[in-house]
Amino acid sequence: MEVTVTINGDSHSHDVEPRTLLVHYIRDVVGLTGTNIGCDTSSCGACTIHVNGESVKSCTMLAVQADGQDLLTIEGLADGDVLHPMQESFRQCHALQCGYCTPGMVMAAVSLLDENPDPTEREVRIGLEGNLCRCTGYHNIVKAVLHCAEASS
Amino acid sequence: MIPAAFDYIRAGSAEEALAALAEHGDEAKLLAGGHSLLPLMKLRLATPAVLVDIGRLDDLSYINDAGDHLAIGALTRHRDVETSALVQSQAGLLAEATSHVGDPQVRHRGTIGGSIAHGDPASDLPSVMLAMRATLVARGPGGEREIAVDDFFTGFLETSLGDDELLTEIRVPKMPDATWGFQKFNRRAQDWAIVGVSAIVNNGNSGVGLVNMDSTPVRAAGVEAALAGGASASDAAEAAAEGTNPPSDLNAGPEYREHLARVLTRRALEAAGR
Repeated sequence: MEVTVTINGDSHSHDVEPRTLLVHYIRDVVGLTGTNIGCDTSSCGACTIHVNGESVKSCTMLAVQADGQDLLTIEGLADGDVLHPMQESFRQCHALQCGYCTPGMVMAAVSLLDENPDPTEREVRIGLEGNLCRCTGYHNIVKAVLHCAEASS
Repeated sequence: MIPAAFDYIRAGSAEEALAALAEHGDEAKLLAGGHSLLPLMKLRLATPAVLVDIGRLDDLSYINDAGDHLAIGALTRHRDVETSALVQSQAGLLAEATSHVGDPQVRHRGTIGGSIAHGDPASDLPSVMLAMRATLVARGPGGEREIAVDDFFTGFLETSLGDDELLTEIRVPKMPDATWGFQKFNRRAQDWAIVGVSAIVNNGNSGVGLVNMDSTPVRAAGVEAALAGGASASDAAEAAAEGTNPPSDLNAGPEYREHLARVLTRRALEAAGR
């Protein structure tokens, strides 16, 4: 089935099998491998991207469901060499260890601040409950999100 | 993990969805937000031959004040339910429970109708439907019919919806002055409830629904009867596991679930001011 999506501002059209998961489409067909596959069971959040501006786990969506939609992946966040404020905050606060969860964590955090620009620490922790960091580096991740919220206000 | 192959039909209207169901019968499954169905398909626990995608039927995504009840379109996303001022003021229990479904990413995609039509006893929202005595509206080839929630859940992942029917609307009685409590016990954030309880008290009438205490979502009828007879929250909660047949899994055996049901019911009733 023909699927046309906008990813990071660029239009992509491909003929895909209906059972193709969106994350496989993004990684294997379009070739954007910044979005990671972690648990593959909609638990870990490593594959989080934005669909029409909202965080979504791309392992639990079919590519055909995304037809005609506007997608944003981690590659589309920075403005050229200028990091997105959330990426900059993650760098400043050392909010990554092995880095595997980071793309999904950043995308979830950006969506979180879009919905709640001035969250409490507890709201950040609850807002990121869909993302797992197996290094257990949550402390600095939460710090980075709060730092970003503060810097943007 | 990749689902087994299927034919994909994107419905442009409820009528198109019904026509596809009429043609393909029990070979077809409806796909709304996909957050119950796609995980099962990836595990090959569900292998429908045909998927009918109703995710774009925007006319079935709404929250309306319909006099004595809220009319909620089956394709309304969890995120829209939990943040709706109307739901928060008229059905606070539903708004609160919805904010505990999955995680933010799940709530951006998952729909109230999809969650209820899936009929999973471990899901949070069916317990709210039971406690608030909601009515489900289904559309089929013969037109529309209303189904009382007590007649809706018929077996494990089974409902009284026919193969040719589409759940279109959820009608939740307005209860602006009700007090309520929602309890969900799990080991990790975003997990399914090991046991959960929805309790509501409205004009002296109480409703209590249980999560994961049987092969279907169930009402704690013994608790409701005890409360109607004037029992205290802690006395009434002792009846929480009566008549249930809780599952056994990695997280808990039946005895532990029965214990949880009693404790969580007491807490939910106390939160509801009983």
